[in-house]
Amino acid sequence: MSRPSPDFHPALRLVHWLMALLVLTMLFVGVAMVSTAGPAYPRLLALHRPLGIAILALVVLRLALRLATGAPALPADLPAPQRFAAKASHWLLYASMAAMPLIGWAMLSAGGYPVRLGLGLVLPPILPHDLRLYAPLRALHTIVALLFFALILVHLAAALMHGLIRRDGVLRSMTIGHGGRREPGVRERR
Amino acid sequence: MPPTRRAFAAPAALIGAIVLLLAAAFAWAAGWLGPKRIDGGTIVTALDANGGRHPHYRRAHAKGLCFTGAFDATGNGAALSEAVLLRRGRYPVLGRFSLGGGNPLAGDGRPVFHAIALRLTAPDGEEWRMAMDHTPIFPVADVPSFVALQRATTPDPRTGKPDPAILAPFIAAHPEVKAFQDYMAHAVLPNSFANATYYSINAFRFTDSAGAARLVRWRFVPEAPLAGLDLAHLDALPRDYLFREMVARTARGPSRWRLELVVANPGDVTDKATVAWQGPHRTIDAGTLTLSAVQPEETGACRDINFDPTILPRGIGLSDDPLLAARSKAYSSSFNRRAAEGPGPSAIGQDLAKETAR
Repeated sequence: MSRPSPDFHPALRLVHWLMALLVLTMLFVGVAMVSTAGPAYPRLLALHRPLGIAILALVVLRLALRLATGAPALPADLPAPQRFAAKASHWLLYASMAAMPLIGWAMLSAGGYPVRLGLGLVLPPILPHDLRLYAPLRALHTIVALLFFALILVHLAAALMHGLIRRDGVLRSMTIGHGGRREPGVRERR
Repeated sequence: MPPTRRAFAAPAALIGAIVLLLAAAFAWAAGWLGPKRIDGGTIVTALDANGGRHPHYRRAHAKGLCFTGAFDATGNGAALSEAVLLRRGRYPVLGRFSLGGGNPLAGDGRPVFHAIALRLTAPDGEEWRMAMDHTPIFPVADVPSFVALQRATTPDPRTGKPDPAILAPFIAAHPEVKAFQDYMAHAVLPNSFANATYYSINAFRFTDSAGAARLVRWRFVPEAPLAGLDLAHLDALPRDYLFREMVARTARGPSRWRLELVVANPGDVTDKATVAWQGPHRTIDAGTLTLSAVQPEETGACRDINFDPTILPRGIGLSDDPLLAARSKAYSSSFNRRAAEGPGPSAIGQDLAKETAR
């Protein structure tokens, strides 16, 4: 869906940066907690679950916002393979953000673990208790997390490439916006 | 104006540096860079190396028996914790008896931990999981010592006994292990799972509804009078003596334990499971555990549960004892490995299958 403004909706920009912070924190917490049997382990684990569920709630909100407000058009001079990469990577990022907490929740359910969010709040299981489901989901949780982090690095590099090298307003459309101005490289619509 | 090559190189280098820095930070967080960390795999691998690798089973306390029952809380425990499970009421219990060691088919006549694991479930979905031993103390106080203990007591393939050249310096450096070995050499080794007292091993932080926190250890005290196995003739016991005794006993009627919560005195060591608490303590009778049925792991519900003692309801939290985090991580690694390997048959399940076939 295209959007007449050269910028993402301000609400979507806010959720993007909030989620960027949460998702990066989450990925670092995740790999750090599995790396140690020290006192940090239970502390990080206690942070990991409520944070994951917060990300799941935010990605639902964000997807609704994104579908309702659309995205600004990509620069018209962007080569076709890059256009495809941009669109595909964005959908993969959305898919990862939704899949990671869902896999985590499903995996804990299948492992017979209570999904405790703290403060006495426990989520219901979304899969039956079955270790034949738990084992592949546990492996998948790690694999998707590592691919997700790699995708975020590519996304970051591409955003910086737009902002620092092409200077085509794409980075600005997710940061401070254009304040009604048009940058030279930006066309109004496709 | 088209950007010059030079103007392109600087931002490209900057982008590369940012991405590399983030990737390096991630690798450091994951422990891929920097000194080797002790994780769950380190502990589980040390257990495997010590007792022989037994895939499909728990890496410790591999030999087990499931049971079901109930916990009837007196409500007195509410003086220490706001946990729903300590409020007056009856809560379902799933449990597992086990013997220490990684061999699921080992004989019962061994001077090892007799253990009970419990899962108490509250109506709101909160759980209190416990994994307890029949000794009030544990041989080591921290994770590096636990891993070193496994390595030091690994049988030498030539003699079948630990290598004294490795064991002696380890014991000399760890007087707490010597203290534990002396305790085990003289303590009564219960002749039934039903007449042992089971201890929480670690201290936990209990928080009451007013927000006051206290460090607490607990024990399950049996109704059945304690009697011991003959330590001189342990080898003569049938392989599954204790497990069969528990099956036969439960066919005659339920077994019961009182849950006693023991509050730390000022000065008690609360972060080392190697140190017993001496002298009088404030002790609260929190309720009765009633075991009403036992099942082999093949048909019971305990086999596929991780009895991680850090899964606690609101109102009970971890103490500063570093062993708790290590137990949680090691249990988790063991659980993940055996989940991927698929389950194996249990000793008592084999016995019962043979009897049915007869």
